[in-house]
Formats: sequence, C-alpha cells, structure tokens
Amino acid sequence: MGYQAPVKDMLFVLNHLSGMEQISQLPGYEDATPDIVSAVLEEAGKFAAEVLWPLNYPGDQEGAKWAADGVTTVDGWRDAYKQFSEQGWGSLAFSPEYGGQGMPGALGAAVQEMWHSSNMAFGLCPLLTQGAVDAIESHASDALKDAYLEKMISGEWTGTMNLTEPQAGSDLAAVRATAEPAGDHYLVKGQKIFITYGDHDMTDNIIHLVLARTPDSPPGVKGISLFVVPKFLLDANGQPAQRNDVRAASIEHKLGIHASPTCVMSFGDNDGAVGYLVGEENRGLMYMFTMMNSARLAVGIEGYAVGETAYQRALEFARERKQGPVMLGGADADQTIVNHPDVRRMLMMMRAQIEVARVLAYDCAAAFDMGARHPDDELRARFDRRGALLTPVVKGWSTEVGVEICSLGVQIHGGMGFIEETGAAQHLRDVRITPIYEGTTGIQAKDLVGRKTQFDGGQGLEELLVDLQITADALEESTDPLCVMARQPLADAITMISAAGKQIVAEENPVLAAAVANDYLMMMGYSLGSWAMARSLLALEKQDDEDFAAAKRTVARFYFDIVAPKANACYHAVKNARAEHYELAAGML
Amino acid sequence: MKILVAVKRVLDYNVKARVNSEGTGIDLANVKMSMNPFDEIAVEEALRIKEAGKADEVIAVSMGVSQSQETIRTALAMGADRGILVETDAELQPLAVAKLLAAIAAREEPGLVIVGKQAIDDDSNQTGQMFAALMDWPQATFASSVEIDGEQMKISREVDGGMESLSMSLPALITTDLRLNEPRYAKLPNIMKAKKKPLDVMSPEDLEVDISSRLKTLKVEEPEQRKAGEIVGSVAELVDKLKNEAKVI
Repeated sequence: MGYQAPVKDMLFVLNHLSGMEQISQLPGYEDATPDIVSAVLEEAGKFAAEVLWPLNYPGDQEGAKWAADGVTTVDGWRDAYKQFSEQGWGSLAFSPEYGGQGMPGALGAAVQEMWHSSNMAFGLCPLLTQGAVDAIESHASDALKDAYLEKMISGEWTGTMNLTEPQAGSDLAAVRATAEPAGDHYLVKGQKIFITYGDHDMTDNIIHLVLARTPDSPPGVKGISLFVVPKFLLDANGQPAQRNDVRAASIEHKLGIHASPTCVMSFGDNDGAVGYLVGEENRGLMYMFTMMNSARLAVGIEGYAVGETAYQRALEFARERKQGPVMLGGADADQTIVNHPDVRRMLMMMRAQIEVARVLAYDCAAAFDMGARHPDDELRARFDRRGALLTPVVKGWSTEVGVEICSLGVQIHGGMGFIEETGAAQHLRDVRITPIYEGTTGIQAKDLVGRKTQFDGGQGLEELLVDLQITADALEESTDPLCVMARQPLADAITMISAAGKQIVAEENPVLAAAVANDYLMMMGYSLGSWAMARSLLALEKQDDEDFAAAKRTVARFYFDIVAPKANACYHAVKNARAEHYELAAGML
Repeated sequence: MKILVAVKRVLDYNVKARVNSEGTGIDLANVKMSMNPFDEIAVEEALRIKEAGKADEVIAVSMGVSQSQETIRTALAMGADRGILVETDAELQPLAVAKLLAAIAAREEPGLVIVGKQAIDDDSNQTGQMFAALMDWPQATFASSVEIDGEQMKISREVDGGMESLSMSLPALITTDLRLNEPRYAKLPNIMKAKKKPLDVMSPEDLEVDISSRLKTLKVEEPEQRKAGEIVGSVAELVDKLKNEAKVI
C-alpha cells in the first residue's frame, strides 16, 4: 500500500471552494496561478509518496533515540530532511525577503496536509520551524531576523517552541523559567517539557523560542517574555560556533509519533543559556497568541490528514480481503469485504468527513490569506474574523473526527487492525495527540464560545450565517435533485448555528457556557460540513470530470443523510445543558 | 552544445490502464497524466551533462495535445532551459514523431538528442531509432551510462547477456534505459521559475512534416487474465506435465 496525495480533490477545493483565484489577485500572491498551484501539488505529492511515506512505518517501529550527547533520528530521516530542505519545501509560504517563496497559506495548507498524511512524525519538524519563523518574523528585531531567518526558512536550521513546563501546560501563567539580563543578551535557566524536535541530528543548528520570566516581572501571564536561544551561538560570520548551555535531558516514550523526538529541554545547567529577547519584555505570551491561529490550523490539518492515509489503507485492505458472501456490487461483484454494506458505511463515513474537513481547513487558511493581503480594510478585518472563528472548529472538530476516522480504519481491518504489523494501528496512535496538543479540544471549545462567539457579540457568527444563506439561496435556484435535497440539511445548519449562537451570547452563567462548549464546537463542525458539501455540489458544475462529480455527489448525499444528523444531536445537547448536571460533588464521582 | 530531449505525456505509471468502451484504445478521460518515466531519465541525463559543463542548453520537446505543455513545464522545473511543443490533436505514430523531431533538430542543430527508450503507453521503442536513421546519425539505444569527451561519446548499453560498450562521434542519439540515472525531484523555486522560461508552440504544418498515420489500430483488448497455478507432487510429475500438457519441453 502507498499513500497517494488526493491532488484532484485538493485542487477542486482550492480552486472552486476556497477562492484560490481571488487569493492569486492579492498583492504578492500573483504567482499563485492555477498552473503553478497544480504543479506544486503534483511535485509535493510525489515527494510525500516516494520519500516521506516509505519512512513512516519504519519511523514508528524504530523511534528517535536519546543519548547524553544528543538525539538521533530514525535511519533515513537525515537524508529525507536534507532533500526536503534542498528542494525548498520548507520555504513555500514564507516571505521572499528572507528567501521564501511567498506562496499563499491556502496552498501551504494543502502541501502541509501531504506531509502529515505521508509521515506526521516527519512533518512536525517543519511545522515547528514554521512557528518559530513566524515568531521571529512578526516580533523580533532586524538584527535577530537577519541572523536567523534566512537559514530557518531554507531549512538549513530548524526551530522549536519551548512553552510548556511540568506545572504550566494549558495554563502558561505558571511558567517559571527565568532570564537574567547580561549585557546584550540574557541568561536563560529552566526546564521545558514536550519540546517537539527539541534536539536532533539533521541540521547544524536548532533555534529555540523560549518563554521565560525576567527579574521583577509581574506575576501571571503579563510577566512572560520570549527569547531566541540557539543550540550553537553564532560567530562573527553568522556560522554556528560555540555550544550554548542547553541540552535535551531525555525524550518521552509516547503512544504515537515515535519518530518525532519529544524532548525534555534543560536550559542553563551551568552558567545559563545565552538568549536574545524577542520584541519587548513581558509581551511574550501576546506574541505567542498572534501565532496561535496558524499553529492550531496546522494541527487541525494533521487530524484529517492522518485520517486520509487511514482511509486509503483501509480501502485497499477492503478491496482485497475476502470474507463471506457480499451484498453489494451486483452479480459479478468481487467477493471482497468492500462489498459488505457495513464496511462500505465505514469507508463512506471516513471519506465524507475527510472531504469536508479539507474544505474547512483550506477555507480557514484562505481567510487568513485574504485577511493579511486584501486591500480593503473592512474586508481584511472580516476575513480575519472568519479565520479566527474557523480555527477552533478546524483544530477541535477535525482532530476529534480524525481520531474517529483512524479508529474506523482499524475496525475495517478486523483482527488484523489490532496487529501492529498491519500499519492501521499506527495512524490511530499517531493521530491521538492531535486533539490534545496546541490546545486541547476543551480549550478550543472554550475559545469558540468565549473569544469567538461571546466577546465579539456574535459578529463573526452573523457574517458566517450570511455566507451560509448565500449558499442556501443558490440551492433554491438549482433544479438539480441533489441540490434540492441539500436545502434541508443546510437550513437545519443555519437554524442550529443561529439558535445555539444566540443562546451562548445570552448565557450569563459561565459554568453553563463552559458546559455546552464541546457540543457547540462539534455541532459547528458537522453543520459547517453540510455547508461545505452544499458548496461542493454547486461547484461541480464548474468542472468536467464525470467520475469525480459522480463520486462527490454520492459522498455528499451520504454526508447529508448519515453524518449531518450528528449536528442535531450536538445541538440538543447544547439546548439541554443544565446546572443540575454538575451538582454531584467531585468526591461522589 | 545544445541537447534536445523528447518528453511524452503519458498515462501516469500509477494508474491502471483500462481499454475504452469502443475497444479502440486506452481510456484517457480524466485520468492522471505524467511525463513518460524513461523521458524523465532522459531529462536528468541531459541536465547532468550540462551541469558537468559539457553542454550549454537543454531543450525539452514534446508533441501532441496542448496539455503536453504541462509535461514540458515539468522538464523546465527539473532544469531544462526552454521548451518546444509541436501541437496537434492528431494521433502521432513513431515515424511522425521521428520526422517532427528531425525537423526540429534541423533548426536547432543540437549536438546530442536524448529520448526515452520507449513510452510506457504504447511501448513502441521506435522513435529514437527512426530519428537517427532520418538524420543519418550514430545511435546508442538502451544506454545505461554516458560519458562525453569532446566530440566523442562512450556509452554502455544493456544487451541480452551483458553490457556492450560503444564509442561514437557527436552529433548522436541516445535512448535511455531504466538504470541510466535516478531523476531528480523538481525544486520548489524551479517550479515557480519554470513558468517564466520560454516555450514555443508550433504546428506540424509549420515544420512542413507529413504526420499521417502509416499503421491502423484494429482493436485494443485487455490481456487475458492469468490462470491459477497448480502445485505438483514431484519432479517427475512436473516434467511429465511440461512435456505432455504444456508441451514446452
């Protein structure tokens, strides 16, 4: 079995649903024309399938190794990373000023999906570098940018994000790492945990972004600063020279992503690690928040991307495995389990949710592209609100659904799915981190209820409903029987989002707002899935591939009939939330 | 020295070929098309010769429908300098391709022409040989190593039973075998640059070449399904079956 990038569906979504054409008219994105977009996806798909995918299973089995002098990556990782950076993949969406290719984030999202589908443990390395580059580019001084950005964008050096400490996970106010001023730099001390690719053997240098407190800083979130701490300090020519006082103290043994070294990082065991302040003191957490959306979007993509691979693997198995007389496929059907209705149901369940998750992810990335570059101030703000609103849905819903998809992938394999050698289990183990890191689903739900619904008085939500109504109107005009059929699920989506949104904006009891958050988030995901499928149906008129159109129509019908009703269940849970559910004392649980 | 490389747009090697419902050919509607893998090897070899300082320009040539431009862009993204498409919707058989390539070679005067040994769609394995004959050039087919030294070239080629070494003078034609090299991936910046490289489009009429078909396809069918094997009990039984049932010994 081999992962094949679903380039056709990616292009369909980018070009016909997420507005690649409008993006390519924005200043700076002129190169993102359909031929370039398609050429980039084809070539990235080739690299994912031929270089990254063959390392996926061996990476899981072997895992990264720790020793006192550093972390060793899995056999083949170094070479794959070298190819990855030499071919320029790391630089896709970065600023041309520092050697990036300046392509839109929407295209970046599709390419990122391929890295995570083919090899999530590998894809995490450039993902973290991207976060570190964003932080430096957005907030650091020109001197820091000049010293580090070009080599990080080219992939010659990688980057990490050092936020978490044992007592400071979701609550970063509890960060204790310290930074003492020492002339033109600071000396950083403290321990950080869960640092992805905190150490490895693939590049000459690793650039750590570290949250720490300066002396006399205010307590809590307002006293945290952000520092650049390179593994090797640079000499006068900007080359890595002296080893800095930072090391990987150990790596974690994890459920999945074994090939991605998750490090305990120790800063300043001796004199203190030399660090350079990013921006101003005490603004570190705010800087992190500006990058939060893009990191969360990236993890949301991971969720369904791993699901895509689980789907491809399960489909291949189902087409080969012979078991019992089949019911589908007519008289001369293959006697394989793909023709059992229940197996088919599971495959459709996987595929339908992957397809709408892809639309939501590219929509979100496209909204940020428009928000960053559109010439009109008001539209820019509107697109930013849209991206911000979609982010927790993509991060929360697509990863929860990703776990479900990978679990179905195991299920389709039957007993063989439980055997590691089959490979289906790895996807489930790998994807399981995605609803957890970069803000758990609970945190996403809280963000959706609080910042994205209550605090803006439902403005982002109202704008979203306007767009849903535009699609509903288009369905009204269509005489296509499937578009006619789609009217009801989309009308339901509008009713539910509107009513639940109003309920949450009006909710005065913070306990109840928190209690409904998860169901509200999931309701939003399933409902926006109906919207995505409705738009897909309408867009099918614009392309001429009959097989593709026929498949999309069947998947859309399945989604409306079988998946979309889950939104109703979540909606009822939102409506039924009561303080009484929380009356049982913790000790009685 | 210029190197001319021929690149053909074919059904992607990952796609399972299906005979169309009329039985006249392969169904190409909405299937993934890519550069013929042997032509990728040809492009790679040309680029390596150029990178070794032994050629100044690599020109990728394709013939066929207008989408063949994508195939040329792929070659340009790998590093070829410019492209030529001879655009036609007509069926092109090996002789027509060889004649068109010869007409282009007459204009461009390359020192070397490299083509894949065959295309994975029709497996003709004729174009290179016909082209060399039309040009009255030396040819080395199924090359597995190429070494250029001034006006001379040394070639190893895979033949039944071993390797054959040839030397010949330029200009010459090479057809590539699978083991000649491993084609590179296009680098991202080069994919972007490929769009800005020149690509000339011309017609067979512009080149004054008669492309009419000399062969007629009567029928295309799926190969017969392989029958299940049989486990034999002893060597004697095997020999007996081979002799009396299969009649091969």
